[in-house]
Amino acid sequence: MIYADNAATTRMSDAALNTLIELSKENYGNASSLYSLGQRSKEVLEKAREDVAAVINAQPREILFTSGGSEADNQAIRSAAELGKAKGKKHIISSAFEHHAVLHTLAKLEKEGFEVTLLPVHEDGLVRPEELAATIREDTALVTIMYANNEIGTIQPIRELGAICRERGVLFHTDAVQAIGHISVDVERDNIDMLSASAHKFHGPKGSGFLYFRKGIRLTNIIEGGAQERGKRAGTENVPGIAAMATALTEAAETLSERAKVTQEKRDRLIRGLREIPHSALNGDAAKRLPSNVNFCFEGIEGESLLLLLDDRGIAASSGSACTSGSLDPSHVLLAIGRVHDVAHGSLRLSIGDDITDEEVDYIVKNVREVVEYLRGFSPIWRDLMAGKKQFIL
Amino acid sequence: MALYSDKVMDHFRNPRNVGVIEDADGVGEVGNAKCGDIMKMYLKIDNDIITDVKFETFGCGSAIASSSMATELIKGKPVSEAMALTNKAVAEALDGLPDYKMHCSVLAEEAIRNALDDYERKKGAEGSPQVNEDYGKSEGESRN
Repeated sequence: MIYADNAATTRMSDAALNTLIELSKENYGNASSLYSLGQRSKEVLEKAREDVAAVINAQPREILFTSGGSEADNQAIRSAAELGKAKGKKHIISSAFEHHAVLHTLAKLEKEGFEVTLLPVHEDGLVRPEELAATIREDTALVTIMYANNEIGTIQPIRELGAICRERGVLFHTDAVQAIGHISVDVERDNIDMLSASAHKFHGPKGSGFLYFRKGIRLTNIIEGGAQERGKRAGTENVPGIAAMATALTEAAETLSERAKVTQEKRDRLIRGLREIPHSALNGDAAKRLPSNVNFCFEGIEGESLLLLLDDRGIAASSGSACTSGSLDPSHVLLAIGRVHDVAHGSLRLSIGDDITDEEVDYIVKNVREVVEYLRGFSPIWRDLMAGKKQFIL
Repeated sequence: MALYSDKVMDHFRNPRNVGVIEDADGVGEVGNAKCGDIMKMYLKIDNDIITDVKFETFGCGSAIASSSMATELIKGKPVSEAMALTNKAVAEALDGLPDYKMHCSVLAEEAIRNALDDYERKKGAEGSPQVNEDYGKSEGESRN
């Protein structure tokens, strides 16, 4: 099988898996316990905090361990909203194609009286810094814009967006779930106040993530209970999971630039191959995108049937079609970059691993082409397009 | 558990009766591209018996499987029997569909009914040429 769905989740690295197993077996003590077994867990926990912080150029005390990216997003946004509210600031700026962990949290805040402005992401899938600058108001409490998009992989001009927020005195949060471990992220260089990350996106375990929060930012609890994480996140620490995340992240950071370079070459080979399929289009900017991300729309076909047939041929991928989301609407990301429904239903996301070979890339291209041709062969839309009864969009 | 039953996957992977009938006696099309499903059914009817049926579908796995199964269920059957085909019968013949995919079986039922309506209209138009102008209009509407 060629696993090309690394944006959904990744396989754990051997080193991370070893950490997870070893700690679960040998170091199972509760980090809050006084005896030495517990205290060893505490040491492991704090070492992991140092390691994670070092990778993004933060201080250990600025790292809060969570269950993953969604919890970190929730807590970051909720905290900023509380801080804003106390100063009479109830305006939040985000982008139209954020992850639902962000969008649904914002929708909830709207019901509580906050006003939310979603910046457009344009056809290339990129936020314009000048549009952010023009949208910030006196009462803006938070700007939250994802580092890299989970579906189309476009990388936002985070450093510039952060600089604008810094200058205007507005908190800046970024959902960096897709970016961390894959491209360089530095909270100082990038002017980031808060950042969310999830271990399973960089070959760590599921159920482990973190929130970076700049010193001085007062967090609001999402989970109440014991005094773990300096009282900001209750619940016995998932020490094996956290340590395995630190192992995976350290490993990813050490090999990052080399892996990015290699993966990007494969990505571009894949893009070149898929572009040869008639009436197809790459979604999102071709250059300002994650090294692993390829996302295409193919006119005249539907994404779920494409995925199922690719699965039969040993290729694991994903799609933004309505049928894969369980709703009638296709992906909000594709709609946000201006793809109409008809075309958005026929999308394919391939998020490749760094170990993919040229042969595997070519195998994907060949099979996507065959399956698209096959499905078009009995698509009434395709027939109408070919007969000139309908205008091609792509 | 798998997303779909083995039957659904079989009809999806090896759809029966795919294609077009150029001189069809009845054609029906339902759904729209906005929602991600379009089904088109072509019927050949002789002596009130459906002698041939073909379909074209733009849609997900269960839409393709539902179209395929529906054609199997009406092929060789009298028009009255095809007219009585329900979406439930299609879904059951496929050993069930996930709840949120039941609309695919509804589309299959509607596409067949649409094609049969088209056939009845054409037949009526042949038998009573004085009203064929009106029939032409309603045919266009039903095919949207």
